Amino acid sequence: MNGVHDMGGQHGLGAIDAPADEPLFHAAWEARVLALTLAMGAWGRWNIDASRHQRELIPGPAYLAMGYYEKWLTGLIALMTSRGLITPDELASGQPAPGAPKATPPLTADKVPATLARGGPANRDVVAPRRFKIGDKVRTRNINPAGHTRLPRYARGREGVIERDHGAHVLPDANAHFLGECPERLYGVRFSARELWGEAARAGDSLHLDLWDRYLEPA
Amino acid sequence: MAHDAHHDHHSHDHEHGQAPPSDIALRVKALESLLVEKGLVDPAALDAIIDTYEHKVGPRNGARVVARAWTDPDYRARLMTDATAAIAELGFGGRQGEHMIAVENTATRHNLVVCTLCSCYPWAVLGLPPNWYKSSPYRSRAVIDPRGVLAEFGTRLADDVDIRVWDSTAEVRYLVIPQRPAGSEGMSEDQLAPLVTRDSMIGVATLAPVSP
Repeated sequence: MNGVHDMGGQHGLGAIDAPADEPLFHAAWEARVLALTLAMGAWGRWNIDASRHQRELIPGPAYLAMGYYEKWLTGLIALMTSRGLITPDELASGQPAPGAPKATPPLTADKVPATLARGGPANRDVVAPRRFKIGDKVRTRNINPAGHTRLPRYARGREGVIERDHGAHVLPDANAHFLGECPERLYGVRFSARELWGEAARAGDSLHLDLWDRYLEPA
Repeated sequence: MAHDAHHDHHSHDHEHGQAPPSDIALRVKALESLLVEKGLVDPAALDAIIDTYEHKVGPRNGARVVARAWTDPDYRARLMTDATAAIAELGFGGRQGEHMIAVENTATRHNLVVCTLCSCYPWAVLGLPPNWYKSSPYRSRAVIDPRGVLAEFGTRLADDVDIRVWDSTAEVRYLVIPQRPAGSEGMSEDQLAPLVTRDSMIGVATLAPVSP
């Protein structure tokens, strides 16, 4: 979706505020939101692409005004309610619905180290057609889907060169919408800065994006 | 050091409302209570997750990888060929580091990592990202004006240095291998690791020369 989250290349969003010795969390609740998000993910009711898309769905003005973990909290609440883990009434009252059975958490403290150490690899051992080889010239498609995509606006309809072949990876455009993982070949693509930003960009500079097969066509 | 006294003083302030919890802090607390009550989360698991990123997974991991690459040519070769496996040799990996690529700075090439679409970051080697990395100003400008962004961090590159910007659009995560500081030639891996900063492994900083 062409949301405010897709901000590569925008001007006017302010100076970078990078204080030295910044704390890892600015308040205790930020740490709890991080942990709640990871722990609730263990229910397997959604996936990382759906999580990202849910945050993109925060209306633009609010998205720009919110802090990072506030966006996480907003996305988590939306997913928990839409995926049936809590009800709006429970959220409002802070109490489980009368008679609701008590569940058993899938992620207990003893499982945390192994779960984080395993992570969630996105590569899949499937046969995915290899349309391009290293060094091939490609052009990104000019797509403007209303749903989730990982092809940023600034890199649409642009010519680049295949630099790496990552094998088959889960396709966010499908997975975010619970349409299946639809693994597809993922390529590392190099673009010259001038191709993306015009003649004012420095000649030798380049940008490198990881792009799925369906984002690309031969150039 | 009166560390405990300081801690008690802080708790005292908190309990007596001189620094009342914010609205969002209360909302998060209420949500956690609900999820615990429903048996959806184990509060001890939440503590374990936070402890992991506060004490176990952070930029010291990445610094160890960099220092090893500087001092062990065979390791460097493995890192450049298969960073995920080479990083796993040192015991690091997992969440947000499942697919790693190391990109090396040279006298004529500088690498900079960003995620314009959200906040993808190599947790396994750098821990959780700093606020500025996740902020709109960095995400918007790192791709269109990398030199301007570097200047805001006080980093200036020679005119003949090409910049490669890595926009983390998939689950592949990038670790910048900064140039080894001038004057560090005789130093060991253990001496070098503390010199490697988080910002140098994102690419917004270079490493200062080591004074003899």
